[in-house]
Amino acid sequence: MTGDPNPIQDNPRDIRLGHADRGFVGKIIRLDALVTGSSLSPQELEQRLVEMGFVEGARVEILHEGTIRRDPIAVRVDNITIALRRSEAMAVIVEMAVIVE
Amino acid sequence: MTAASLRLALVGAPNTGKTSLFNSLTGSRQKVANYPGVTVERKSGGFVTPEGRSVTVLDLPGTYSLRGRSPDEEITRDIVLGRFDGEAVPDLVLCVADATNLRLTLRLVLELKRVGRPMMLVLNMIDIARRRGVTIDLERMSQELGLPIVTSVAVRKGGVDELLKRTDEFLARSHEASASEWTTPTIADLKAAQREADRIIATAVTLPTKPDTLTTRIDSVVLHPVWGLVILAVILFVMFQAVFTWAQPAMELLSDGFSALGQLIHDILPESWSLVQSFLQNGLISGVGSVIVFLPQIIIIFLFILLLEDFGYMARAAFLMDRIMGGAGLHGRAFIPLLSSFACAIPGIMATRVIDNKRDRLTTILIAPLMTCSARIPVYTLIISAFVPATTVWGFVNLQGLVMFGLYAAGITSALTVSAIAKFFLWRDHAPAPFMLELPDYKIPRLNSIAIGVFTRAKMFLYRAGTTILSMMVLIWFLASFPQAPAGAEGPAINYSFAAMIGHALEPLLRPIGFNWQIAVALIPGMAAREVAVAALGTVYSIEGGKEAADQIGQVLAQKWTLATALSLLVWYIFAPQCASTLAVIRRETGGAKWMVVTFIYMLVLAYAASFLTFNLAQALGLH
Ligand SMILES: Nc1nc2c(ncn2[C@@H]2O[C@H](COP(=O)(O)OP(=O)(O)OP(=O)(O)O)[C@@H](O)[C@H]2O)c(=O)[nH]1
Ligand SMILES: [Mg+2]
Repeated sequence: MTGDPNPIQDNPRDIRLGHADRGFVGKIIRLDALVTGSSLSPQELEQRLVEMGFVEGARVEILHEGTIRRDPIAVRVDNITIALRRSEAMAVIVEMAVIVE
Repeated sequence: MTAASLRLALVGAPNTGKTSLFNSLTGSRQKVANYPGVTVERKSGGFVTPEGRSVTVLDLPGTYSLRGRSPDEEITRDIVLGRFDGEAVPDLVLCVADATNLRLTLRLVLELKRVGRPMMLVLNMIDIARRRGVTIDLERMSQELGLPIVTSVAVRKGGVDELLKRTDEFLARSHEASASEWTTPTIADLKAAQREADRIIATAVTLPTKPDTLTTRIDSVVLHPVWGLVILAVILFVMFQAVFTWAQPAMELLSDGFSALGQLIHDILPESWSLVQSFLQNGLISGVGSVIVFLPQIIIIFLFILLLEDFGYMARAAFLMDRIMGGAGLHGRAFIPLLSSFACAIPGIMATRVIDNKRDRLTTILIAPLMTCSARIPVYTLIISAFVPATTVWGFVNLQGLVMFGLYAAGITSALTVSAIAKFFLWRDHAPAPFMLELPDYKIPRLNSIAIGVFTRAKMFLYRAGTTILSMMVLIWFLASFPQAPAGAEGPAINYSFAAMIGHALEPLLRPIGFNWQIAVALIPGMAAREVAVAALGTVYSIEGGKEAADQIGQVLAQKWTLATALSLLVWYIFAPQCASTLAVIRRETGGAKWMVVTFIYMLVLAYAASFLTFNLAQALGLH
């Protein structure tokens, strides 16, 4: 992604959940809370995300977006829905699902 | 273990039905609602099991982990770990899970196991799980977890029978608690536990091929970037209109009833008993009656709030408002406490315990009293119906309801403004707090629990009318009746009373904002509770004006006050810290008098300034 201060090079399909649009479906690759716009320390942010079920391998889908700057977002994580801001969602690295026809 | 003092504790992720279980086990009526973070206190209750064991059960705030990152979660952690002062460790931990949503609770179960207390897993809401076609292999799951498992439907009659039976079986055997191995889990621990939980779910739970889409479908409208906000505005608008229009017939009935009762008492008693007559008719019936008249409105506002809470809308409203609240420097979780403050600021302030950051919590506590609580409704309604014509504008909107909506909007706007100012001056460097909230599936509100909720609130309102308000009324009546006018005195007798003296002494202070001495007198007992002011005005004017005035306090006000005074008093009530209980709760929740004093002073200053502006502006515009 352009403008990402902490680019993820390993896989071109990997993006930060905070950058994804509504309708995005994918899988969590890992958490990387080092550079986000969040006020929480990376450690604390990662801990909270894990507590809410954001762990490697979980399926995520962005269901809804807020009105102002499309923030916050409502994310389906496996079978629960979590509302969070994009700045915190930046810590979640996701891989876009391969759409199988 | 002695048979007399078995202690159970209900622990689990938020919104899994712990309080519902507590209520059906103990027959209590603690608050239940469909959003995470309803319970913020430890509540204790008792019951006797079918086999005759007497048990104490604790309902605890929901938590995702024992880490204790906010005041409510700390309570749960301390109870479970036996660190809570004056509370022994539970003999049996009932870990409550939502059977449709096991991931997060199962991870908590794994964490709880390390604490080493005897434990049983309760799969609650099994009715919803079955309806959706979720099948759970209980035996398998029980084996994997090494725990007994029982299912329950907390909200249905007989839905906890099996839980009771299994609790008896469990307690019949003796259980050794092992030493606690619990340490604050690291991220790696959490991840490992989540993987283990997911593995167990994969082996023991079969999800339906077609998932529930109703919630998603409703949300696609309710959380729509544009329609979502429109719907929220419409809901609030209808709510405040309804408070006005729907309640009207019932209120008139009550009001007529009280006048008739007053008249009846007046007629029954002999003329020579004029003092008793006056006490009963002016002090008791006009005073207390003038507050009880507002019962229909209180019922309507609570009905709306309870319906929204049970349906699952509150978390959605918080989602929609997050950016707007964030712009004012508020935490995303602040919305629900603030919306609850429409009912009463006290539960609203308590509900701020779910906010993890101290400063964010404090800001929310400071502004919660600015939200228009139900005790302001009598004051607003009285003045609005006396001064605003009940005409229809734009074809369908009741003008009085519109003014009411305006007052609510003014309360919200001022709360947001105060928060923004506080953020700017007090803690400018404080970065915005994160917002993370589970959006629960919608549930159809259950008639029964709504009815109980409304009934409880109505009872509380009447209880207050019968205690605080009644005693204040007796005081007011006394102050307004004594000393009695000397023989041959001119003008109404009240002019010679203590009330008049106090009122006249205060009047110079309040004249710049357009208040007369009668209002000054009403404001003092109005400190006990806002609606007392209405009752006090009722008493003062009915003693002053005699029989006709007792009937229709509204009409008297319309004659005696200018519009400028009326507007000024309305504005005063948006801001003024006229509620002693709220101040006391602020003191308790912030752990000291400092923030209570700050709240009192800032609200008083705001009220005076705003009323001063309103009064002078209105006069300049010639509104008499
Ligand atoms: N259908 C169904 N609904 C339930 C059941 N148990 C609870 N509910 C509903 O689930 C919602 C949450 O219930 P609560 O008892 O408030 O949950 P809690 O665990 O105390 O929540 P917190 O205090 O926020 O942690 C409410 O809307 C209840 O009516 C159940 O067994 N079946
Ligand atoms: Mg609860």
